Amino acid sequence: MLSLYVPGHSPVHRLPAGVKLLVLAAGSAALFVVPGVAVHAGELLAILVLFHVAGLPWREVLDQLRPALILLVPIFLFHVFATDWVLGLETVLRILVLLFLAVIVTLTTRLSDMIEVLEKAMRPLRLAGINPSKVGMMLSMVIRLIPLMMREAGEILEAQRARGLDRNAIALLVPLLIKALKMADDLSDAMDARGYDPGAVTPFWRGKGTP
Amino acid sequence: MIEVCGVSHRFGERQVLKDVNLALTERRIGVVGANGSGKSTFARLLNGLLIPDEGRVRVDGIDSRDDVKALRRRVGFVFQNPDNQIVFPVVEEDIAFGLKNAKFPREEIPRRVDAVLERYRLGHLREQATHLLSGGEKQMLALAAVLVMEPRYVVLDEPMTLLDLRNRRLVQEVIRGIEQPIVLVTHEFDHLEELDRVIVFDEGRVIADDTPGAAIRRYVEAMA
Ligand SMILES: Nc1ncnc2c1ncn2[C@@H]1O[C@H](COP(=O)(O)OP(=O)(O)OP(=O)(O)O)[C@@H](O)[C@H]1O
Ligand SMILES: [Mg+2]
Repeated sequence: MLSLYVPGHSPVHRLPAGVKLLVLAAGSAALFVVPGVAVHAGELLAILVLFHVAGLPWREVLDQLRPALILLVPIFLFHVFATDWVLGLETVLRILVLLFLAVIVTLTTRLSDMIEVLEKAMRPLRLAGINPSKVGMMLSMVIRLIPLMMREAGEILEAQRARGLDRNAIALLVPLLIKALKMADDLSDAMDARGYDPGAVTPFWRGKGTP
Repeated sequence: MIEVCGVSHRFGERQVLKDVNLALTERRIGVVGANGSGKSTFARLLNGLLIPDEGRVRVDGIDSRDDVKALRRRVGFVFQNPDNQIVFPVVEEDIAFGLKNAKFPREEIPRRVDAVLERYRLGHLREQATHLLSGGEKQMLALAAVLVMEPRYVVLDEPMTLLDLRNRRLVQEVIRGIEQPIVLVTHEFDHLEELDRVIVFDEGRVIADDTPGAAIRRYVEAMA
């Protein structure tokens, strides 16, 4: 599996995470407002140039995206038959731009930088009693656990095959869930041991001083 | 100094530690005992991951009941399974995690990360994804991530159990080089033999507390 972040020192890598996320958000919103095949084709070209500048591994990325790219074919065909091919092309271009924009941002931005920006952006939520640091940590935990859980799932399947068990969703999910809970438990100990402290947050209606 | 005074602890019905009294004054202390004898529970008391039901744990006079955070800053902890103690997906991010928690100045963090990566020969893995590291590299990272915080004491709970022989040697070498006082939980006699003092647990009690030679003999007898 391609790891999420591809280390590098390109200008795209060095751009602050906040700017990249902002461009991603604004860009995807604009994509659906601004019409025109030519405009989107131009954007796609610009993004592919960025891709090259960032020195990202073409082949691996395309491999990863293959399922999504294949999905574009029926989408295009649907438009050809239901509306017209120009609209189909526009839709496909929009999706491509969005996809590659998102890929560039995730592949050139460190998770911890991304989380830091999200935490800042979520600060107003503190008023509602939601702790941005906790949400941020939850996100990074999920991303950290995905490769571990995939490996775990592979091992469980192998062990079951070795015992002659057929493929069975419950026989996979139950041990996987137990493993995930144990892992989460250990990880939270490890985080405590390294001084993790998200701090306390109280919603505005409870005011200060109440726990 | 770490002091454990009159500590008992239970999980539900099960009494896991019974009236443990120890003053950990030696620089290298080993802990050994059968599976389930309470070694990990004991180790977790020492940096406040666990607060005992009864009795007190004090580190340089700080009671774990009064200020867990101060205790954790003083006592670093290395777990058995490196997979479950690496928090971030990239090596240098994981090292920086503890430093950020401890509110180190932002500009100083990269410098410290660099220094510790160099020191533990992890420099070439700086930007590597943590899930792609080998078992030995993972445990080395876990150790580095604890040592970068410069704790006053280091507690290690079977840090070599999951490693192959080669990596055991590498990690053992790093552990030998730790300047701070350590408490090392291990099943391996050859690791115990080079320590200053060995404590033997059996069903939650300390049954021996002696030089490595004498303690190991007592442990072997108890297991017979
Ligand atoms: N969080 C917990 N909840 C319930 N029981 C627990 C918990 N942690 C430990 N125990 C129980 O306490 C007893 C002592 O466990 P502990 O992990 O301290 O033993 P240990 O000496 O470290 O064993 P090992 O050599 O297997 O690591 C065991 O019977 C264990 O099942
Ligand atoms: Mg244990």
